[in-house]
Amino acid sequence: MQKNKKNPYLFLLPYLLLFSLFIVIPIMMAIYLSFTNFNTIERPDFIGFLNYINLLTQDEIFMQYVLPNTVLFALIVGPGGYILSFFLAWCLAQLTKVPRMILALIFYSPSMTQGVAMAVVWTVLFSGNQAGYVNSLLMRWGIITEPIIFLQDSRFIMLIMIIVALWSSMGVGFLAMLAGVLNVDETLYEAGAIDGIRNRMQELIYITIPSMKPQMLFGAVMAIVNTFATGIIGVQLTGSNPTPNYAGQLIVNHIEDYGFIRFEMGYAAALSVVLLLIIYLFSYISKKLFSEA
Amino acid sequence: MAARVSGVNPKKFHKSQLKFYVFLIPFALFMVLPIVFIINHAFKPLDELYAFPPRFFVYKPTFENFTNLLELANASGIPLSRYVFNSLVVTAAVVFLSVLISTMAGFVLSKKVFKGKFTIFEINNAALMFVPIAVMIPRFLTISFLGMDDTFFAHILPLLAMPVGLFLVKQFIDQIPDSLIEAAVIDGAGDFKIYWKIILPLIKPAIATAAILAFQAVWNNLETSTLFITSENMRTLAFYMNTLVANTNVVVGQGMAAVASLIMFVPNLVLFIILQSMVMNTMSHSGLK
Repeated sequence: MQKNKKNPYLFLLPYLLLFSLFIVIPIMMAIYLSFTNFNTIERPDFIGFLNYINLLTQDEIFMQYVLPNTVLFALIVGPGGYILSFFLAWCLAQLTKVPRMILALIFYSPSMTQGVAMAVVWTVLFSGNQAGYVNSLLMRWGIITEPIIFLQDSRFIMLIMIIVALWSSMGVGFLAMLAGVLNVDETLYEAGAIDGIRNRMQELIYITIPSMKPQMLFGAVMAIVNTFATGIIGVQLTGSNPTPNYAGQLIVNHIEDYGFIRFEMGYAAALSVVLLLIIYLFSYISKKLFSEA
Repeated sequence: MAARVSGVNPKKFHKSQLKFYVFLIPFALFMVLPIVFIINHAFKPLDELYAFPPRFFVYKPTFENFTNLLELANASGIPLSRYVFNSLVVTAAVVFLSVLISTMAGFVLSKKVFKGKFTIFEINNAALMFVPIAVMIPRFLTISFLGMDDTFFAHILPLLAMPVGLFLVKQFIDQIPDSLIEAAVIDGAGDFKIYWKIILPLIKPAIATAAILAFQAVWNNLETSTLFITSENMRTLAFYMNTLVANTNVVVGQGMAAVASLIMFVPNLVLFIILQSMVMNTMSHSGLK
Protein backbone atom coordinates (compact mmCIF):
# COMPACT_ATOMS: atom_id res chain seq x y z
CA MET A 1 0.00 0.00 0.00
CA GLN A 2 2.93 2.36 0.41
CA LYS A 3 4.65 3.77 -2.57
CA ASN A 4 7.22 5.60 -0.59
CA LYS A 5 8.79 3.91 2.42
CA LYS A 6 10.37 7.13 3.63
CA ASN A 7 7.14 9.07 3.91
CA PRO A 8 6.23 8.04 7.47
CA TYR A 9 9.55 9.35 8.73
CA LEU A 10 9.10 12.59 6.82
CA PHE A 11 5.76 13.14 8.53
CA LEU A 12 7.26 12.35 11.90
CA LEU A 13 10.42 14.37 11.45
CA PRO A 14 9.29 17.80 12.71
CA TYR A 15 7.62 16.36 15.80
CA LEU A 16 10.49 14.02 16.61
CA LEU A 17 13.07 16.73 16.10
CA LEU A 18 11.40 19.14 18.52
CA PHE A 19 10.49 16.34 20.90
CA SER A 20 14.14 15.27 21.08
CA LEU A 21 15.49 18.78 21.29
CA PHE A 22 13.27 20.05 24.09
CA ILE A 23 12.22 16.93 25.97
CA VAL A 24 14.65 14.03 25.45
CA ILE A 25 17.92 15.97 25.30
CA PRO A 26 17.11 18.15 28.35
CA ILE A 27 16.32 15.01 30.35
CA MET A 28 19.61 13.41 29.30
CA MET A 29 21.48 16.64 29.99
CA ALA A 30 19.93 16.79 33.45
CA ILE A 31 21.17 13.27 34.12
CA TYR A 32 24.66 14.12 32.86
CA LEU A 33 24.90 17.44 34.72
CA SER A 34 23.75 15.80 37.92
CA PHE A 35 27.14 14.06 38.05
CA THR A 36 29.08 17.28 37.61
CA ASN A 37 29.92 20.50 39.32
CA PHE A 38 28.72 23.25 37.02
CA ASN A 39 28.40 26.98 37.65
CA THR A 40 27.42 27.97 34.05
CA ILE A 41 30.70 29.85 33.51
CA GLU A 42 33.38 27.18 33.72
CA ARG A 43 33.13 23.81 32.02
CA PRO A 44 31.24 21.22 34.04
CA ASP A 45 33.67 18.93 35.83
CA PHE A 46 32.81 15.36 36.66
CA ILE A 47 32.39 14.60 40.34
CA GLY A 48 30.58 11.25 40.31
CA PHE A 49 27.81 10.79 42.82
CA LEU A 50 28.91 13.69 45.01
CA ASN A 51 25.78 15.77 44.29
CA TYR A 52 23.55 12.88 45.26
CA ILE A 53 25.63 12.14 48.36
CA ASN A 54 25.42 15.80 49.36
CA LEU A 55 21.71 15.76 48.70
CA LEU A 56 21.22 12.85 51.06
CA THR A 57 23.69 13.80 53.76
CA GLN A 58 24.39 17.56 53.66
CA ASP A 59 21.27 19.31 52.46
CA GLU A 60 19.36 19.71 55.70
CA ILE A 61 16.78 21.97 54.12
CA PHE A 62 16.00 19.34 51.51
CA MET A 63 15.60 16.55 54.05
CA GLN A 64 13.87 18.61 56.71
CA TYR A 65 11.50 20.70 54.62
CA VAL A 66 11.56 20.17 50.86
CA LEU A 67 11.17 16.42 50.68
CA PRO A 68 8.46 16.08 53.36
CA ASN A 69 6.61 19.09 51.86
CA THR A 70 6.77 17.62 48.38
CA VAL A 71 5.57 14.21 49.52
CA LEU A 72 2.74 15.68 51.60
CA PHE A 73 1.65 18.02 48.80
CA ALA A 74 1.87 15.28 46.16
CA LEU A 75 0.02 12.70 48.24
CA ILE A 76 -2.88 15.03 49.01
CA VAL A 77 -3.14 16.92 45.73
CA GLY A 78 -2.37 13.94 43.47
CA PRO A 79 -4.74 11.22 44.70
CA GLY A 80 -7.04 13.82 46.29
CA GLY A 81 -7.48 15.80 43.10
CA TYR A 82 -7.80 12.61 41.14
CA ILE A 83 -10.52 11.08 43.30
CA LEU A 84 -12.33 14.40 43.36
CA SER A 85 -12.15 14.62 39.54
CA PHE A 86 -13.47 11.12 39.12
CA PHE A 87 -16.23 11.54 41.67
CA LEU A 88 -17.36 14.83 40.14
CA ALA A 89 -17.24 13.34 36.64
CA TRP A 90 -19.34 10.41 37.79
CA CYS A 91 -21.90 12.66 39.52
CA LEU A 92 -22.12 14.89 36.47
CA ALA A 93 -22.77 11.90 34.25
CA GLN A 94 -25.97 11.23 36.22
CA LEU A 95 -27.45 14.58 35.17
CA THR A 96 -29.17 15.72 32.00
CA LYS A 97 -27.14 17.34 29.27
CA VAL A 98 -27.55 21.09 29.83
CA PRO A 99 -26.91 21.27 33.60
CA ARG A 100 -24.08 18.80 33.12
CA MET A 101 -22.41 21.07 30.58
CA ILE A 102 -22.74 24.16 32.75
CA LEU A 103 -21.41 22.44 35.87
CA ALA A 104 -18.56 20.80 33.94
CA LEU A 105 -17.54 24.21 32.65
CA ILE A 106 -17.51 25.59 36.19
CA PHE A 107 -15.36 22.73 37.47
CA TYR A 108 -13.00 22.91 34.53
CA SER A 109 -12.49 26.67 34.38
CA PRO A 110 -10.15 26.98 37.41
CA SER A 111 -7.66 24.69 35.66
CA MET A 112 -7.52 27.16 32.77
CA THR A 113 -6.19 29.81 35.10
CA GLN A 114 -3.00 27.78 35.60
CA GLY A 115 -2.30 29.27 39.00
CA VAL A 116 -0.33 32.23 37.73
CA ALA A 117 -3.02 34.67 36.71
CA MET A 118 -5.11 33.74 39.71
CA ALA A 119 -2.36 34.29 42.28
CA VAL A 120 -3.84 37.75 42.77
CA VAL A 121 -7.20 36.31 43.84
CA TRP A 122 -5.62 34.28 46.55
CA THR A 123 -3.28 37.01 47.72
CA VAL A 124 -6.24 39.37 48.06
CA LEU A 125 -8.57 36.82 49.66
CA PHE A 126 -5.95 35.67 52.15
CA SER A 127 -4.48 39.12 52.67
CA GLY A 128 -2.87 39.42 56.09
CA ASN A 129 -4.66 42.46 57.55
CA GLN A 130 -8.18 42.76 58.83
CA ALA A 131 -9.36 43.96 55.41
CA GLY A 132 -8.46 40.56 53.95
CA TYR A 133 -11.60 38.68 52.98
CA VAL A 134 -10.92 35.46 54.85
CA ASN A 135 -9.69 37.30 57.93
CA SER A 136 -12.69 39.61 57.89
CA LEU A 137 -15.08 36.69 57.59
CA LEU A 138 -13.43 34.65 60.35
CA MET A 139 -13.40 37.69 62.63
CA ARG A 140 -17.06 38.42 61.98
CA TRP A 141 -17.91 34.85 62.87
CA GLY A 142 -15.87 35.20 66.02
CA ILE A 143 -13.50 32.35 65.17
CA ILE A 144 -10.43 34.55 65.47
CA THR A 145 -9.89 37.89 67.16
CA GLU A 146 -6.65 38.98 65.49
CA PRO A 147 -6.06 38.87 61.73
CA ILE A 148 -3.79 36.03 60.63
CA ILE A 149 -0.98 36.79 58.19
CA PHE A 150 -1.92 33.71 56.21
CA LEU A 151 0.59 33.91 53.38
CA GLN A 152 3.62 34.50 55.59
CA ASP A 153 2.62 32.15 58.40
CA SER A 154 4.36 28.82 58.10
CA ARG A 155 1.39 27.06 59.69
CA PHE A 156 -0.96 28.02 56.88
CA ILE A 157 1.09 28.21 53.69
CA MET A 158 0.94 24.52 52.92
CA LEU A 159 -2.79 24.34 53.63
CA ILE A 160 -3.50 27.26 51.31
CA MET A 161 -1.28 25.77 48.59
CA ILE A 162 -3.20 22.50 48.82
CA ILE A 163 -6.56 24.28 48.62
CA VAL A 164 -5.48 26.28 45.57
CA ALA A 165 -4.02 23.20 43.87
CA LEU A 166 -7.13 21.13 44.52
CA TRP A 167 -9.31 23.97 43.31
CA SER A 168 -7.55 23.95 39.95
CA SER A 169 -7.13 20.19 39.62
CA MET A 170 -10.16 19.43 37.42
CA GLY A 171 -8.33 19.65 34.12
CA VAL A 172 -7.97 17.53 31.03
CA GLY A 173 -8.05 14.34 33.10
CA PHE A 174 -11.42 15.34 34.53
CA LEU A 175 -12.84 15.90 31.02
CA ALA A 176 -11.43 12.55 29.88
CA MET A 177 -13.04 10.74 32.79
CA LEU A 178 -16.35 12.52 32.24
CA ALA A 179 -16.30 11.38 28.62
CA GLY A 180 -15.29 7.93 29.85
CA VAL A 181 -18.28 7.58 32.20
CA LEU A 182 -20.65 8.78 29.49
CA ASN A 183 -19.27 6.32 26.97
CA VAL A 184 -19.71 3.14 28.96
CA ASP A 185 -21.78 0.75 26.86
CA GLU A 186 -25.47 1.07 27.91
CA THR A 187 -26.12 -2.63 27.40
CA LEU A 188 -23.62 -3.43 30.14
CA TYR A 189 -25.86 -1.64 32.63
CA GLU A 190 -28.89 -3.54 31.37
CA ALA A 191 -27.03 -6.83 31.68
CA GLY A 192 -25.89 -5.76 35.12
CA ALA A 193 -29.45 -5.03 36.22
CA ILE A 194 -30.50 -8.53 35.16
CA ASP A 195 -27.54 -9.99 37.06
CA GLY A 196 -28.77 -8.34 40.23
CA ILE A 197 -27.07 -4.96 40.44
CA ARG A 198 -29.43 -2.88 42.53
CA ASN A 199 -27.94 0.53 43.09
CA ARG A 200 -25.60 3.13 41.63
CA MET A 201 -22.80 2.21 44.01
CA GLN A 202 -22.66 -1.37 42.78
CA GLU A 203 -22.92 -0.15 39.21
CA LEU A 204 -19.98 2.15 39.79
CA ILE A 205 -17.78 -0.58 41.21
CA TYR A 206 -18.72 -3.51 38.98
CA ILE A 207 -19.44 -1.82 35.65
CA THR A 208 -18.38 1.82 35.34
CA ILE A 209 -14.85 1.65 36.72
CA PRO A 210 -13.84 -1.61 34.99
CA SER A 211 -15.16 -0.33 31.65
CA MET A 212 -13.29 2.94 31.75
CA LYS A 213 -9.90 1.87 33.04
CA PRO A 214 -8.04 3.43 30.08
CA GLN A 215 -9.59 6.83 30.83
CA MET A 216 -8.87 6.32 34.51
CA LEU A 217 -5.21 5.79 33.70
CA PHE A 218 -5.08 8.83 31.44
CA GLY A 219 -6.73 10.85 34.19
CA ALA A 220 -4.20 9.56 36.71
CA VAL A 221 -1.23 10.56 34.54
CA MET A 222 -2.75 14.02 34.03
CA ALA A 223 -3.32 14.34 37.79
CA ILE A 224 0.36 13.57 38.45
CA VAL A 225 1.53 16.11 35.88
CA ASN A 226 -0.83 18.72 37.27
CA THR A 227 0.36 18.10 40.82
CA PHE A 228 4.01 18.66 40.03
CA ALA A 229 3.41 21.49 37.59
CA THR A 230 1.43 23.49 40.17
CA GLY A 231 4.26 23.03 42.67
CA ILE A 232 5.48 26.57 42.05
CA ILE A 233 2.41 28.22 43.58
CA GLY A 234 4.05 28.42 46.99
CA VAL A 235 6.52 30.96 45.67
CA GLN A 236 3.81 32.82 43.78
CA LEU A 237 1.58 33.10 46.82
CA THR A 238 4.23 34.16 49.29
CA GLY A 239 6.16 36.22 46.77
CA SER A 240 9.56 34.89 47.77
CA ASN A 241 11.87 31.97 47.10
CA PRO A 242 12.63 30.40 49.54
CA THR A 243 9.17 30.60 51.04
CA PRO A 244 8.92 31.81 54.68
CA ASN A 245 10.59 29.21 56.94
CA TYR A 246 10.63 26.88 53.93
CA ALA A 247 7.04 25.99 54.84
CA GLY A 248 5.82 25.97 51.24
CA GLN A 249 9.11 24.92 49.66
CA LEU A 250 8.62 22.11 47.14
CA ILE A 251 11.26 20.40 45.08
CA VAL A 252 10.61 22.59 42.02
CA ASN A 253 11.27 25.70 44.10
CA HIS A 254 14.43 24.12 45.46
CA ILE A 255 15.61 23.48 41.88
CA GLU A 256 14.98 27.09 40.98
CA ASP A 257 16.71 28.26 44.14
CA TYR A 258 19.90 26.30 43.37
CA GLY A 259 19.81 26.72 39.59
CA PHE A 260 18.88 30.35 39.06
CA ILE A 261 19.61 32.01 42.36
CA ARG A 262 22.81 30.22 43.48
CA PHE A 263 23.87 29.02 39.99
CA GLU A 264 24.82 25.56 41.22
CA MET A 265 23.53 23.91 38.09
CA GLY A 266 25.02 20.48 38.77
CA TYR A 267 23.32 20.23 42.12
CA ALA A 268 20.06 21.59 40.68
CA ALA A 269 20.26 18.96 37.94
CA ALA A 270 20.57 16.22 40.57
CA LEU A 271 17.39 17.61 42.16
CA SER A 272 15.67 17.52 38.75
CA VAL A 273 16.60 13.88 38.35
CA VAL A 274 15.16 13.11 41.77
CA LEU A 275 11.96 14.93 40.78
CA LEU A 276 11.70 12.99 37.51
CA LEU A 277 12.16 9.75 39.44
CA ILE A 278 9.40 10.69 41.87
CA ILE A 279 7.06 11.48 38.95
CA TYR A 280 8.00 8.22 37.29
CA LEU A 281 7.32 6.29 40.49
CA PHE A 282 3.83 7.81 40.75
CA SER A 283 3.03 6.94 37.14
CA TYR A 284 4.35 3.43 37.63
CA ILE A 285 2.01 2.92 40.57
CA SER A 286 -0.99 4.23 38.63
CA LYS A 287 -0.15 1.98 35.67
CA LYS A 288 -0.08 -1.01 38.01
CA LEU A 289 -3.47 0.03 39.34
CA PHE A 290 -5.28 0.67 36.08
CA SER A 291 -3.47 -1.26 33.38
CA GLU A 292 -5.71 -3.68 31.52
CA ALA A 293 -3.12 -6.43 31.26
CA MET B 1 -38.65 -5.71 37.41
CA ALA B 2 -35.30 -5.85 35.68
CA ALA B 3 -35.29 -2.29 34.41
CA ARG B 4 -31.84 -0.74 34.56
CA VAL B 5 -31.05 1.36 37.58
CA SER B 6 -28.38 3.37 35.85
CA GLY B 7 -28.93 7.07 35.57
CA VAL B 8 -25.89 7.63 33.35
CA ASN B 9 -26.50 10.19 30.63
CA PRO B 10 -30.25 10.48 31.31
CA LYS B 11 -32.51 12.04 28.71
CA LYS B 12 -34.74 13.87 31.14
CA PHE B 13 -34.98 14.96 34.73
CA HIS B 14 -35.92 12.43 37.39
CA LYS B 15 -36.15 12.98 41.13
CA SER B 16 -33.36 10.46 41.75
CA GLN B 17 -31.02 13.05 40.23
CA LEU B 18 -31.84 15.52 43.00
CA LYS B 19 -29.29 14.11 45.42
CA PHE B 20 -26.54 14.86 42.92
CA TYR B 21 -27.71 18.45 42.60
CA VAL B 22 -27.75 18.79 46.37
CA PHE B 23 -24.04 18.00 46.39
CA LEU B 24 -22.93 19.46 43.06
CA ILE B 25 -24.53 22.91 43.22
CA PRO B 26 -23.00 24.04 46.53
CA PHE B 27 -19.68 22.62 45.41
CA ALA B 28 -19.90 24.41 42.07
CA LEU B 29 -20.70 27.66 43.87
CA PHE B 30 -17.59 27.22 45.99
CA MET B 31 -15.48 26.49 42.90
CA VAL B 32 -16.76 29.45 40.96
CA LEU B 33 -16.35 31.89 43.85
CA PRO B 34 -12.76 32.96 43.07
CA ILE B 35 -13.68 33.57 39.45
CA VAL B 36 -16.76 35.61 40.37
CA PHE B 37 -14.56 37.48 42.80
CA ILE B 38 -11.96 38.41 40.20
CA ILE B 39 -14.65 39.69 37.85
CA ASN B 40 -16.19 41.80 40.60
CA HIS B 41 -12.84 43.03 41.83
CA ALA B 42 -11.80 44.18 38.37
CA PHE B 43 -14.77 46.54 38.17
CA LYS B 44 -14.57 47.97 41.70
CA PRO B 45 -13.95 51.71 42.05
CA LEU B 46 -11.23 52.82 44.45
CA ASP B 47 -13.45 53.35 47.49
CA GLU B 48 -14.86 49.83 47.21
CA LEU B 49 -11.36 48.35 46.95
CA TYR B 50 -10.56 50.16 50.20
CA ALA B 51 -13.88 49.34 51.81
CA PHE B 52 -13.91 48.00 55.33
CA PRO B 53 -15.30 45.46 55.98
CA PRO B 54 -14.32 44.24 52.51
CA ARG B 55 -17.16 43.65 50.09
CA PHE B 56 -17.26 40.69 47.78
CA PHE B 57 -19.57 42.09 45.11
CA VAL B 58 -19.15 45.33 43.23
CA TYR B 59 -21.84 47.99 43.80
CA LYS B 60 -20.91 50.74 41.37
CA PRO B 61 -18.96 49.08 38.54
CA THR B 62 -16.46 51.25 36.69
CA PHE B 63 -13.76 50.85 34.05
CA GLU B 64 -11.33 52.85 36.19
CA ASN B 65 -9.02 49.88 36.73
CA PHE B 66 -8.85 49.17 33.01
CA THR B 67 -7.83 52.73 32.17
CA ASN B 68 -5.36 52.79 35.07
CA LEU B 69 -3.74 49.64 33.76
CA LEU B 70 -3.43 51.11 30.27
CA GLU B 71 -1.91 54.32 31.61
CA LEU B 72 0.57 52.48 33.80
CA ALA B 73 1.67 50.33 30.88
CA ASN B 74 2.10 53.33 28.61
CA ALA B 75 4.06 55.20 31.25
CA SER B 76 6.56 52.36 31.62
CA GLY B 77 8.30 52.92 28.28
CA ILE B 78 7.11 49.85 26.45
CA PRO B 79 3.50 50.20 25.32
CA LEU B 80 1.06 47.49 26.25
CA SER B 81 0.44 46.90 22.56
CA ARG B 82 3.99 45.57 22.24
CA TYR B 83 3.31 42.79 24.79
CA VAL B 84 -0.04 42.08 23.16
CA PHE B 85 1.64 41.86 19.77
CA ASN B 86 4.33 39.49 21.08
CA SER B 87 1.73 37.30 22.72
CA LEU B 88 -0.42 37.16 19.61
CA VAL B 89 2.49 36.23 17.35
CA VAL B 90 3.79 33.59 19.72
CA THR B 91 0.35 32.14 20.46
CA ALA B 92 -0.70 31.96 16.82
CA ALA B 93 2.58 30.34 15.80
CA VAL B 94 2.53 27.77 18.59
CA VAL B 95 -1.11 26.80 18.12
CA PHE B 96 -0.80 26.46 14.35
CA LEU B 97 2.56 24.70 14.23
CA SER B 98 1.92 22.39 17.14
CA VAL B 99 -1.38 21.24 15.61
CA LEU B 100 0.36 20.77 12.28
CA ILE B 101 3.20 18.62 13.59
CA SER B 102 0.96 16.61 15.95
CA THR B 103 -1.53 15.76 13.23
CA MET B 104 1.24 14.83 10.79
CA ALA B 105 2.89 12.59 13.35
CA GLY B 106 -0.45 11.24 14.55
CA PHE B 107 -1.45 10.29 11.03
CA VAL B 108 1.56 8.09 10.34
CA LEU B 109 1.66 6.66 13.86
CA SER B 110 -1.94 5.58 13.47
CA LYS B 111 -2.27 4.58 9.84
CA LYS B 112 1.17 3.62 8.52
CA VAL B 113 3.30 0.56 9.02
CA PHE B 114 6.97 1.28 9.58
CA LYS B 115 9.86 0.36 11.78
CA GLY B 116 9.99 1.88 15.24
CA LYS B 117 6.35 2.96 15.21
CA PHE B 118 5.35 1.34 18.50
CA THR B 119 8.53 2.40 20.24
CA ILE B 120 7.95 6.02 19.24
CA PHE B 121 4.38 5.94 20.50
CA GLU B 122 5.45 4.28 23.73
CA ILE B 123 8.10 6.94 24.30
CA ASN B 124 5.51 9.62 23.65
CA ASN B 125 3.18 7.97 26.16
CA ALA B 126 5.93 7.97 28.74
CA ALA B 127 6.47 11.67 28.00
CA LEU B 128 2.83 12.40 28.87
CA MET B 129 4.03 12.77 32.43
CA PHE B 130 6.80 15.15 31.40
CA VAL B 131 6.83 18.28 33.52
CA PRO B 132 8.82 20.99 31.69
CA ILE B 133 9.71 22.81 34.86
CA ALA B 134 11.68 19.79 36.06
CA VAL B 135 14.26 20.34 33.33
CA MET B 136 14.19 24.12 33.08
CA ILE B 137 17.96 24.31 33.48
CA PRO B 138 18.95 21.99 30.61
CA ARG B 139 16.28 23.64 28.46
CA PHE B 140 17.80 26.99 29.25
CA LEU B 141 21.24 25.64 28.29
CA THR B 142 19.87 24.13 25.06
CA ILE B 143 18.32 27.44 24.07
CA SER B 144 21.51 29.39 24.69
CA PHE B 145 23.58 26.72 22.93
CA LEU B 146 21.37 27.10 19.85
CA GLY B 147 21.74 30.87 20.09
CA MET B 148 17.99 31.32 20.21
CA ASP B 149 17.79 33.32 23.38
CA ASP B 150 16.02 36.63 23.05
CA THR B 151 14.27 35.67 19.80
CA PHE B 152 10.75 34.56 18.99
CA PHE B 153 12.13 31.05 18.40
CA ALA B 154 12.82 30.76 22.13
CA HIS B 155 9.14 31.45 22.79
CA ILE B 156 7.82 29.13 20.12
CA LEU B 157 10.02 26.07 19.58
CA PRO B 158 10.14 24.64 23.13
CA LEU B 159 6.34 24.46 23.29
CA LEU B 160 5.66 22.81 19.95
CA ALA B 161 6.13 19.14 20.81
CA MET B 162 3.14 18.40 23.04
CA PRO B 163 2.93 14.72 24.02
CA VAL B 164 -0.71 15.07 25.14
CA GLY B 165 -1.68 16.68 21.84
CA LEU B 166 -0.07 13.94 19.77
CA PHE B 167 -1.57 11.26 21.98
CA LEU B 168 -5.14 12.57 21.66
CA VAL B 169 -4.80 13.14 17.90
CA LYS B 170 -3.39 9.66 17.31
CA GLN B 171 -6.15 8.01 19.36
CA PHE B 172 -8.73 9.94 17.39
CA ILE B 173 -7.27 8.99 14.01
CA ASP B 174 -7.30 5.32 15.12
CA GLN B 175 -11.08 5.22 14.75
CA ILE B 176 -11.08 6.40 11.12
CA PRO B 177 -11.71 3.21 9.10
CA ASP B 178 -8.71 1.95 7.15
CA SER B 179 -10.97 1.22 4.18
CA LEU B 180 -11.36 4.95 3.61
CA ILE B 181 -7.63 5.33 3.20
CA GLU B 182 -7.33 2.20 1.05
CA ALA B 183 -10.01 3.57 -1.28
CA ALA B 184 -8.05 6.81 -1.61
CA VAL B 185 -4.87 4.87 -2.37
CA ILE B 186 -6.67 3.00 -5.16
CA ASP B 187 -7.77 6.35 -6.55
CA GLY B 188 -4.10 7.26 -6.71
CA ALA B 189 -3.84 9.61 -3.74
CA GLY B 190 -0.40 9.99 -2.17
CA ASP B 191 0.32 10.27 1.55
CA PHE B 192 0.24 14.05 1.56
CA LYS B 193 -3.06 14.13 -0.26
CA ILE B 194 -4.57 11.56 2.12
CA TYR B 195 -3.36 13.58 5.11
CA TRP B 196 -4.68 16.85 3.73
CA LYS B 197 -7.93 15.76 2.07
CA ILE B 198 -9.12 12.84 4.21
CA ILE B 199 -7.53 12.84 7.63
CA LEU B 200 -7.59 16.54 8.46
CA PRO B 201 -11.28 17.12 7.61
CA LEU B 202 -12.28 14.04 9.63
CA ILE B 203 -10.40 14.89 12.81
CA LYS B 204 -11.67 18.42 13.41
CA PRO B 205 -12.62 17.64 17.04
CA ALA B 206 -9.10 16.38 17.77
CA ILE B 207 -7.62 19.42 16.04
CA ALA B 208 -9.79 21.70 18.16
CA THR B 209 -8.67 19.91 21.31
CA ALA B 210 -4.98 19.97 20.43
CA ALA B 211 -5.35 23.65 19.57
CA ILE B 212 -7.03 24.52 22.85
CA LEU B 213 -4.39 22.65 24.86
CA ALA B 214 -1.62 24.39 22.92
CA PHE B 215 -3.35 27.71 23.45
CA GLN B 216 -3.56 27.20 27.21
CA ALA B 217 0.08 26.16 27.37
CA VAL B 218 1.39 29.13 25.42
CA TRP B 219 -0.99 31.93 26.46
CA ASN B 220 -0.22 31.47 30.16
CA ASN B 221 3.43 30.59 29.66
CA LEU B 222 5.91 32.44 31.83
CA GLU B 223 8.88 30.12 31.54
CA THR B 224 10.06 31.29 28.13
CA SER B 225 9.82 35.00 28.96
CA THR B 226 11.53 34.59 32.32
CA LEU B 227 14.36 32.27 31.32
CA PHE B 228 15.06 32.63 27.62
CA ILE B 229 14.39 36.31 27.02
CA THR B 230 16.50 39.19 28.23
CA SER B 231 15.10 42.25 26.45
CA GLU B 232 11.95 43.64 27.93
CA ASN B 233 10.32 44.31 24.57
CA MET B 234 10.50 40.64 23.56
CA ARG B 235 8.47 39.45 26.53
CA THR B 236 4.84 38.39 26.43
CA LEU B 237 1.62 39.68 27.93
CA ALA B 238 1.53 36.81 30.43
CA PHE B 239 4.90 37.89 31.77
CA TYR B 240 3.93 41.54 31.96
CA MET B 241 0.66 40.77 33.70
CA ASN B 242 2.45 38.51 36.13
CA THR B 243 5.04 41.12 37.11
CA LEU B 244 2.21 43.57 37.54
CA VAL B 245 0.38 41.15 39.82
CA ALA B 246 3.54 40.22 41.72
CA ASN B 247 4.52 43.85 42.37
CA THR B 248 1.22 45.09 43.67
CA ASN B 249 0.84 45.29 47.38
CA VAL B 250 -1.08 48.53 47.42
CA VAL B 251 -4.84 48.51 47.26
CA VAL B 252 -4.98 50.57 44.06
CA GLY B 253 -2.85 47.91 42.40
CA GLN B 254 -5.30 45.17 43.35
CA GLY B 255 -7.91 46.45 40.95
CA MET B 256 -5.41 46.54 38.11
CA ALA B 257 -4.07 43.12 39.02
CA ALA B 258 -7.61 41.78 38.91
CA VAL B 259 -8.04 43.31 35.46
CA ALA B 260 -4.78 41.68 34.39
CA SER B 261 -5.94 38.26 35.60
CA LEU B 262 -9.23 38.73 33.86
CA ILE B 263 -7.52 39.60 30.58
CA MET B 264 -5.42 36.43 30.81
CA PHE B 265 -8.36 34.24 31.77
CA VAL B 266 -11.19 35.35 29.47
CA PRO B 267 -9.67 34.22 26.12
CA ASN B 268 -9.17 30.73 27.57
CA LEU B 269 -12.74 30.58 28.77
CA VAL B 270 -14.28 31.85 25.54
CA LEU B 271 -12.25 29.46 23.42
CA PHE B 272 -13.21 26.53 25.58
CA ILE B 273 -16.93 27.39 25.53
CA ILE B 274 -16.86 27.59 21.73
CA LEU B 275 -15.00 24.33 21.31
CA GLN B 276 -16.29 22.34 24.28
CA SER B 277 -18.40 19.81 22.37
CA MET B 278 -15.43 19.00 20.11
CA VAL B 279 -13.18 18.62 23.16
CA MET B 280 -15.60 16.21 24.82
CA ASN B 281 -15.83 14.22 21.60
CA THR B 282 -12.03 13.86 21.51
CA MET B 283 -11.85 12.94 25.17
CA SER B 284 -13.97 9.83 24.57
CA HIS B 285 -10.94 8.45 22.76
CA SER B 286 -8.43 9.42 25.40
CA GLY B 287 -8.02 5.98 26.98
CA LEU B 288 -4.47 5.04 27.91
CA LYS B 289 -3.78 1.32 27.90
